[in-house]
Amino acid sequence: MIDVRDLTHYYGPNPAVENVNFTVRRGEILGFLGPNGAGKTTTMRILTGFMPPTRGSVSLDGYDVVEKSLEVRKRVGYLPESVPLHTEMTVTGYLKYMGTLRRMNGRRIRSRVDDVIDVCRLGDYHKTLIGKLSKGFRQRVGIAQAILHEPEVLVLDEPTIGIDPIQVVETRGLIQDLGREQTVVLSSHILPEVSMICERVLIIHEGHIVAADTPNNLAQHLQGVEQLEVEIGGPPAEVLSVLRAIDGATGVTHHPRPGINAYRVQFREGLDLRDEISRTVISHDWSLLSMQVNSMSLEEIFLRLTTSETDDEDFA
Amino acid sequence: MRTIRAVAFKEIQIYFSSPVAYIVALIFMALSGFFFVRDLGNPFPEASMSNFFQGATFLLIPLAPALTMRLLAEEQKLGTIELLLTSPVRDWEVILGKYFASLVFLLFLLALTSYYVVLLLVFASPDPGPIYSGYLGLVLYGMATLAVGILTSTLTSNQIIAAVVGTGILVVLYATAFISEVVTGIWANVFTHLGFTSHFNDFDSGIIDSTHIVYFITVTALFLFLSIRALESRRWR
Repeated sequence: MIDVRDLTHYYGPNPAVENVNFTVRRGEILGFLGPNGAGKTTTMRILTGFMPPTRGSVSLDGYDVVEKSLEVRKRVGYLPESVPLHTEMTVTGYLKYMGTLRRMNGRRIRSRVDDVIDVCRLGDYHKTLIGKLSKGFRQRVGIAQAILHEPEVLVLDEPTIGIDPIQVVETRGLIQDLGREQTVVLSSHILPEVSMICERVLIIHEGHIVAADTPNNLAQHLQGVEQLEVEIGGPPAEVLSVLRAIDGATGVTHHPRPGINAYRVQFREGLDLRDEISRTVISHDWSLLSMQVNSMSLEEIFLRLTTSETDDEDFA
Repeated sequence: MRTIRAVAFKEIQIYFSSPVAYIVALIFMALSGFFFVRDLGNPFPEASMSNFFQGATFLLIPLAPALTMRLLAEEQKLGTIELLLTSPVRDWEVILGKYFASLVFLLFLLALTSYYVVLLLVFASPDPGPIYSGYLGLVLYGMATLAVGILTSTLTSNQIIAAVVGTGILVVLYATAFISEVVTGIWANVFTHLGFTSHFNDFDSGIIDSTHIVYFITVTALFLFLSIRALESRRWR
């Protein structure tokens, strides 16, 4: 359905995305996961035909986004991150306007506007000016306009940002419902959300895809990374440098708590560093207060993937 | 066609529900009224709209860009342009829709001034010819000024900048007549024909000359074309 090849986009001299490749199958829900500024929005803007890539090609249902932009735009429903809406229009007025822009005929507009107002639960507010709606309701209007013309592909940029938790749950449910029939590409920087909704996740960082898999596989694969939480009495700076020097430790972080200096040591699956660490600590005449094996949570994996510079490639 | 109409209709609705347009209308009516009555206090006043027409061309220099400044600048500011340009709408349909909306509002303004004509008809017997040709000239002139305003609104997301730069371009087009008085030879000719004034004055005197019609339509088309190109280039920036 969507085929992205060597996608590169520069803002001035800086690449926002660089050599990104991925495909999305029809009916799939794909999640982009990455910190702010990773290149998620840029990729989505290119997918929707808002701007062309500097290099590379993107095609949607066989139509190139640059060459056949109009055909692509007919097939895409888009919710930009900032949910830009015409605040001086009523909900119904705005949806009818968007329907005409999507080249729907009058009868279809009327029935679809009723449908989406229903689906997005905007019934009590259909005559309200959009400017008077709360953020959560604006988000619903944004989703309503995106699904109005029953597009084959839905592109949702941070669909649950800035709305209250109950609405977040509703929105996720809505997206999952939509994903049964439509191809959905969404972005988020909230990991559990992506793993909950999406069938496949692309972790994107500094314009590169650092991991791509189903949420389950990703979690399993990445749980291969293990972590020890150690509390050590000793000068933190020295302890840190000594721990980092241990063979097999791929990442060490310092987590001071009142009265205690805790450290997290990450290492590859299959290694056991406990022996090594305890002996090192004793040999430096520090005190080993506790040591505990942690499996990494997905949040930590995500952070690790997007913050460490060393072995990103191993997970790609 | 339907998309142009949808874009235009939305903007017209906003015109008639926003204070800015009414303020512009108020200023236009107050000042054009002033131009209209200026010479009526003379001992032997002439029953003509000429003073109004001349005044209106002057007033449109700041007011036309004020009417158009919001049309594309605001979409860029609010980000709604993102949904507009990712809809299956061609760039020229966007520009024409916005342009027609501003033109409709201008025609509404000019319709209000028919009140002056009614006054003349009640209290005197004006020559109808120059009134018809004058209004035709004013509409054509207005079309050109709005097209300039559309271009500057496309180029920036700041409405004030759009209005100021639009007014600047119109001042230049208006003032070339003065430049032509200073320079000599062929340049005097060039500047005379380049600007608005020489082309408008014949309409004011009751002459409908096709060269002037062609001139205003050409200027309009040129600036609309540039606007479409500017909107297209927005995708590449």
